[in-house]
Amino acid sequence: MNGREWALEATGITKIYKRGSEDIPALDEISLKVRWGEFVSFVGPSGSGKTTLINILGCLDNATAGSLTLCGKTIFTEHRKLSEAELTRIRRSVFGYIFQKFYLLPTLTVLENVVLPFTFFRKENAAKNPLEVLRSLGLEKRVNHLPGQLSGGEMQRVAIARALINSPDILLADEPTGNLDSKRSQEIGEVLKRLNEKEGLTVLLVTHNLALAKLADRTIELRDGRIQDGASPEPLR
Amino acid sequence: MKIYQVAYKNLLRKKVRSGLTILGIALSAWVLVSLFGFNRGYEQALNRDIDNMGFQVLVTAKGCPYEAATLMLKGGPGLRYMNESIVDEVLKHPEVEKITPMLMAAIFDPNKGESGGISAFLGVDPATYPRMKSYLKFQQGAWFSDPQAREAVVGYEAAELEQREVGDKLLIPEKNVELTVVGVLSRTGTQDDGTIFVPLRTVQKVFEEEGKLTAIGVKIKKDANITLVEQKLYDLPDVQVVSLAQVKQTIMNLISTAKMMVFSIALIAILIAMLGVVNTILMSVFERFQEIGIIKSIGAMPWDVFKLIWVETIILCLLGGGLGIGFSLILSKITETLIRRLLPYTPTGSLVVISAGLGLLTMAMVLGIGIVSGLYPAWRAARVRPLESIRSEGE
Repeated sequence: MNGREWALEATGITKIYKRGSEDIPALDEISLKVRWGEFVSFVGPSGSGKTTLINILGCLDNATAGSLTLCGKTIFTEHRKLSEAELTRIRRSVFGYIFQKFYLLPTLTVLENVVLPFTFFRKENAAKNPLEVLRSLGLEKRVNHLPGQLSGGEMQRVAIARALINSPDILLADEPTGNLDSKRSQEIGEVLKRLNEKEGLTVLLVTHNLALAKLADRTIELRDGRIQDGASPEPLR
Repeated sequence: MKIYQVAYKNLLRKKVRSGLTILGIALSAWVLVSLFGFNRGYEQALNRDIDNMGFQVLVTAKGCPYEAATLMLKGGPGLRYMNESIVDEVLKHPEVEKITPMLMAAIFDPNKGESGGISAFLGVDPATYPRMKSYLKFQQGAWFSDPQAREAVVGYEAAELEQREVGDKLLIPEKNVELTVVGVLSRTGTQDDGTIFVPLRTVQKVFEEEGKLTAIGVKIKKDANITLVEQKLYDLPDVQVVSLAQVKQTIMNLISTAKMMVFSIALIAILIAMLGVVNTILMSVFERFQEIGIIKSIGAMPWDVFKLIWVETIILCLLGGGLGIGFSLILSKITETLIRRLLPYTPTGSLVVISAGLGLLTMAMVLGIGIVSGLYPAWRAARVRPLESIRSEGE
């Protein structure tokens, strides 16, 4: 973790998709800052640009314009776009991702799924003990089970464990409860809150679930590619 | 987890599809191993048969030289004869080290097999033949007691077929002549195993071919030029000279036509297997489009994904190759039986020789197929962008 105040600083993020000769604006000059250890949720109607924004903040996509600084390091500016390999390098050292679908490999056990990122990358001196991570998520008895033997909530917790294994600086969760019932959604929300509070993990959550969004320290509301509310954090007390 | 473990477990997802692809590769590998094994085995067996003749040149009565050579190797009807006086003519040449006269006699035996068959008796000179074929060992008994004795020495397989031991009688059909078995040869792996040897004079007398021969085996002195001697022997009246090296070459040439055809089939089989592999892996890449994107989002570089898919392809090919080599080892006898039925002349001994080197060569070829087949699907997978896969999530 970098010693600076902001985990993430985005300035003037604009995203325009091209469809033939037509320009379709998705994000319009969005600027926001996220503190270390902050839990921020993004809400808004479908098509408001929240997923596009989190993809750009999570280095899954390049912006059309704007700049992004992560952990005090400039990632891209208007004049410099990143290659796929550069984006991958940043992604694997800074972020952990969880998505609506769990994307667990069905032939790998829970433990094997969790340690899968180590096959490709192991963060020096920061990689976590997978069994401890699974225990902290209440999955210690499911270690050798296959994903097909788990409930939806358990599968999402495995996906969270996989996202945490390389000790990310920021956890990105895009509709993580979209496939779960309200009880399981609440469970996942509590897991994210606990990770944020107890481990100081910075969490960015995109959700339609307002009850889940309320767990965050701050909720940013997007509409038509613009921030309606919550762009700036409350001043530190 | 190592990348090959992940790749292997990925293949377990669609067991039937992976299994069928492995089977396709296995069949190609089987064809390859059997083909190369046959190539080597046939040549070895033919060399062994010809080397064990004990002579390099065969002098026969005029006629088709290949028919004559095949006759000498296998026996059969339609014999041509030459005068025994030729022996002295041949011996006049200083390059000739030694000779052995032979008379092949064949007769229809109504009691042989279900509808009768040809029984062949090779009349050999007790004074020269055993010296020419010094490698012949006896399981029981010995050579003939007298050059004109009504005795027979039977090869290992002939003894088993006729169920004869030393002291048993052997009837020459139609001639009503009984021969006493005085020797049973040990297995040689050559055509001698199926031969019934009788003293030359006895065969001449029984078959009323006195003074006649069907062939003279000629051994040339070590330093002599065989081609030159052959040319000199050609000058003898009404004979032809068959060099066994030429016979070998001619038979190999005939076989090579068949081999080329089978090689073409093998090549097609390999191409089909390759396409099968590309299809399987490409389908798997398309099916796992989102998952590959997620793998990239959890830290895999494009090269890691390329490796993962490539390793999956290579695992498929190695498993298929191993299975194919296993098939060819287990089923080599069946392959051999099929070849024997298909070819007009096959030497004795093992026709399909599968060595460790051949196994390794096949594995290397199959590995090459895997490496090439995996390139395109691996490249496609490496190009998947996580964002595209996440976007397609909502589609």
